[in-house]
Amino acid sequence: MTQEQGAARASGSIMVVGGGISGLTAALEAAEVGHEVFIVEKLPYLGGRVSQLNNYFPKLCPPTCGLEINFRRIKDNPNIKVFTMAEVTKVTGTPGNYETTVKISPRYVNDNCTACGDCAKASQTEIPNEFNFGMDKTKAAYLPYPMAFPLRYVISPQVIGTEDAKRIKEACKYNAVELDMEPKTIKLPVASIIWATGWQPYDATKIDNLGFGRHKNIITNMMMERLASPSGPTKGNIVRPSDQKAPESIAFVQCAGSRDENHLPYCSYICCMASLKHVAYIRELYPKAKCHIFYIDLRAPGNRYEKFYKKFKDDPNTVFIKGKVAEVLEDTATGDITVVAENAVTGEKISQKVNMVVLATGMEPSAAETKLPADLKFTDDGFILNDYAKGGMFAAGCAAKPADVVSSNQHATGMALHAIQTLVNR
Amino acid sequence: MQKKFGFYICEGCGIKDVIDVKALLENVPEEEGHSNCKTHAAFCSKEGLEILKKDVASGVNTLIIGACSRRVNYDIFRFPGCIVERVNLREQVAWTHGPAKKEGDEIDHVQMMAEDYVRMGMIKAGKIALPEPYKLDAFTRKVLVIGGGVTGMTAALEAAAAGYECTIVEKAGRLGGWAAEVRKQLPLDWPYESLQAPMAGDLIAKCEKNPKIKVKTNTVVARIAGQPGDFTVSFKKPDEKIPFDVPFPLPPEMRVDESGKEYDPDVLRQKYLDYNQGREDILTFDPNGEKFGAVVLAAGWRPYEPAEGEFAHLGFGKFADVVTNAQFEKMAAKGKITRPSDGLPAKSVVFVQSPGKDEDDSDFPYASSVTSLVALKQAKYVREDYPEDGKSFIFYQHMRTPGLTENFYKAAQQDEGLFLSKGAVTTVAQTGKTLTVTAKDTLLGPEVEVKADLVVLATGMVPATKDDPIVNLAYRQGPAFRDIGLFDSYVDSNFICFPYETQRTGIYAAGSIRRAMTMEESMTDAAGAALKAIQCVESANRGVAVHPRSGDMTFPDFFFQRCTQCKRCTEECPFGALDDDERGTPKPNPTRCRRCGTCMGSCPERIIGFADYNIDSIGSMVKAIKVPSTDDFDEPPLRILVLVCENDAYPALDMAGFSKLNYNHQIRIIPVRCLGSVNVIWIKDALSQGMDGAMLLGCKHGDDYQCHFVKGSELASIRMNKIGEALKSLALEKERVVQKEVAIDEYDKVPQIINDFVAEIEALGPSPFKGF
Repeated sequence: MTQEQGAARASGSIMVVGGGISGLTAALEAAEVGHEVFIVEKLPYLGGRVSQLNNYFPKLCPPTCGLEINFRRIKDNPNIKVFTMAEVTKVTGTPGNYETTVKISPRYVNDNCTACGDCAKASQTEIPNEFNFGMDKTKAAYLPYPMAFPLRYVISPQVIGTEDAKRIKEACKYNAVELDMEPKTIKLPVASIIWATGWQPYDATKIDNLGFGRHKNIITNMMMERLASPSGPTKGNIVRPSDQKAPESIAFVQCAGSRDENHLPYCSYICCMASLKHVAYIRELYPKAKCHIFYIDLRAPGNRYEKFYKKFKDDPNTVFIKGKVAEVLEDTATGDITVVAENAVTGEKISQKVNMVVLATGMEPSAAETKLPADLKFTDDGFILNDYAKGGMFAAGCAAKPADVVSSNQHATGMALHAIQTLVNR
Repeated sequence: MQKKFGFYICEGCGIKDVIDVKALLENVPEEEGHSNCKTHAAFCSKEGLEILKKDVASGVNTLIIGACSRRVNYDIFRFPGCIVERVNLREQVAWTHGPAKKEGDEIDHVQMMAEDYVRMGMIKAGKIALPEPYKLDAFTRKVLVIGGGVTGMTAALEAAAAGYECTIVEKAGRLGGWAAEVRKQLPLDWPYESLQAPMAGDLIAKCEKNPKIKVKTNTVVARIAGQPGDFTVSFKKPDEKIPFDVPFPLPPEMRVDESGKEYDPDVLRQKYLDYNQGREDILTFDPNGEKFGAVVLAAGWRPYEPAEGEFAHLGFGKFADVVTNAQFEKMAAKGKITRPSDGLPAKSVVFVQSPGKDEDDSDFPYASSVTSLVALKQAKYVREDYPEDGKSFIFYQHMRTPGLTENFYKAAQQDEGLFLSKGAVTTVAQTGKTLTVTAKDTLLGPEVEVKADLVVLATGMVPATKDDPIVNLAYRQGPAFRDIGLFDSYVDSNFICFPYETQRTGIYAAGSIRRAMTMEESMTDAAGAALKAIQCVESANRGVAVHPRSGDMTFPDFFFQRCTQCKRCTEECPFGALDDDERGTPKPNPTRCRRCGTCMGSCPERIIGFADYNIDSIGSMVKAIKVPSTDDFDEPPLRILVLVCENDAYPALDMAGFSKLNYNHQIRIIPVRCLGSVNVIWIKDALSQGMDGAMLLGCKHGDDYQCHFVKGSELASIRMNKIGEALKSLALEKERVVQKEVAIDEYDKVPQIINDFVAEIEALGPSPFKGF
């Protein structure tokens, strides 16, 4: 006998704010149950922070591999609608019945775009490439990154009204360039909202003693990801910014801003594993380069992460020093950096001269800077606090707490269920 | 469906500059007997699309569109109810093989390539059918939750709150698991500063009064048979023996005779039956079994039990007052902390977080951030019990309180009776009743000694699946999750992006059975696993696949009359979707299937296929490739078949196209669902029609495999090794067939990989089978 039992009746749509890995996961998992989902992403492409990573730890596999599957799931699922360059500006209503206002900024490129690239060839204006943290330039008509989804060019507002814009428009054979595109506002009624607004790298210039922004050869961990990436500014060659030379010695400064009452009082969760991963990147290119890791605690918890850490412990060219970095000094003649720290165990003062320094900067919730236009509660640091009793709106992934990709995806999947519960209880 | 064809070549995005579109239209379709052929400057434009729409309205239902990659404009070229075959003339031809033929060239290689691809697409479109979803005969949405701890109870409550009925099965006599046995628990919410009263009681009460939740205590799963949407589950009392206990496969040592040779199938079968005497075969369904649609596995963990003599330097097993954190928690839940040896108050307690003396800074086996947090929690108990003079010392190598749980660590640091230091504990000694803990390299000095009443080892959490399959699947591949040895027996996913994916469709692990987790983490994980269970039943009901081919309506179809019972499909399926009967004939379980096609690749009789992807559709594409011989040219160009995984290698090739990277024009690319679906017949056919080589491009395999279907690329490499031997017997060099690993982001390397292989084939010379 069939034990047919009716599925819960549910109505209404789910809005997912943020198209990074947590937002994609929440959106797809809910949509594949059978619900209608809107993804609202402020950038011109989906993928968020992980699209800037070269590899994930501990598998050392490219994030684009999973993104490709997720993008295909979106392509194959008519339940999902994607809005890029879109921001939620207003949310009113109650759980189960929200009215949202979404502002869509002009891309200046419409659906006719075939991504042929003629516009970029025609453009003569170069703008800093934000995807690569300004380490190189891109044309004013650009594809944010080679695997960008949607696969459609963007025109920088900077050139609108200039000769370059005309050149770009003329180069397009498909009538895809619309220079008079205006911002649009749309209203979407939804039953529940998942805030997957993610994180931004903590602004390293705020950490005065670590010299970022003053000394060329001090970079952040996210810049390191771009340097290591085949699609990055150096096509995967890890070289130091001042002279494009291969580094023979690199220092990693852990907790750059994190676990620090003056900056981010919490632990950013991923930076220890990320720096170990960076040692792996360096090892592949430069087997003999010296890596010095200055840490407070090496947070590689659990069997899987502990095993990854173990791979580096026996490497004679990787040195782990328990000690917080106090200052950095630049040798102006060579561009080398001396890292000064105190070994917490021996009390000995260490001055280590290296070719290049990587600051393991932490994650700051995006909501810390841009206030979200909804009735949400936050921690002192801007993480969103979930109120399951009230329901309706939920934070997923790093909008809720610092986390690695695995935990973010687990969290986002759970939040998709909470969003569905709101639909069921309407 | 009566096919009415439409054939379209786009001239946009530089295609026209490289390919002679007119010649293409004149040569190929006629050859294939097609007449409805159109071109347009851009079929994706409004006007171009109008042409396609008009044709569809007039009855065209099979469209072959030669334009860009199928990975783009997917939404524009979607025509419900129609077969749409995209021929990639942009990324794979125009953008990677221009410029067009120059005057004086004998051969127009790029044109030949375009013609081949178009012909291949046309032939494939003729061979495939629109899929129809698989419908289960019986279907239920009920969710089974194995384990009644915090994770299991939360999974049931969350699924119930979404409207789904659940049954919790719990081995013990009560719900609650470990959470019901703690004195206090770690904080669940921000600011994560103080301990909380245990909440297991609340959850138990909620479960017991929820009308959608049934609870079976003192019960375990004897077997789970069937497939998602229609599992039949037999329950039993722990330690009970019943006929529906799941049979176990013969252990490897029983499969071979004294000389190490494997027994004949008949002998094996008999041994298997003897070994499982009294147990019903997996294909016999329990008439009293209960039906479930999907399963959440939340069977949790047990404390790590040190072996005798393990951690001898820490005095464990030697001194009664050296205990594990689990033993300590039990004592703490009962009352004030005392010494096990004499029951006197334990006011000075040392917590050891890392056992490696000063040689290794690893934590205890199966330890995690939970063990760090628990050490802090338990250190607080001592302070609670003896606020005046109680002292706790924690020696750690790395205090692992990641993320916002750092707050709990910071709060602990405020307690002046709590001493926290990095340190390598080298020995624990006993003088009279007092223990002396010696630690080196501490923050307090190079060597410190601490007198202690009690020493607590921060040992880890062992997943329940270390000891027992728990799920007891009535699957031919065996009752347990496969390959979890990779994760030290945790039922974890190898996929960072897809943490709920396992090799057993419809069964989703949550909580500390997949990774040591705090209660807070376990609870969100439980909600995630509940969602996946619900998603799986709804997908089964719609007749579509779950991840990674979510929504795919095809499923493998078997032509059983020709099955030789070789069992390869049953054995090789990464998801255990097939159960063979006593003769060895496979019984498909379509809702377990992920549609990778590994069965199709494994079948020597070639009797397995999908509506839109089968031996004939791909085989015919291979045969559609024209192999030029000396009859055609003095020096005929080579032809090399390249079968590429559509998940990673194909996008990488597209990206090479976007980057306008050039690669050799003598190859012909065919995308496949997974390298596991590659049947060697395609390669044999290619070589016997005179093609000069074949290459498989797919994902990395090994422990950190990137194959979305777990084993596809690994199985393909095994098959390719075997084909090497077959080639030798044909007097063909085994180097003519290779498999290469390409990650999706290696689009910069892909041209080199292709060019290198072409160069190797050139060095070997043309195939001797050319022109036969």
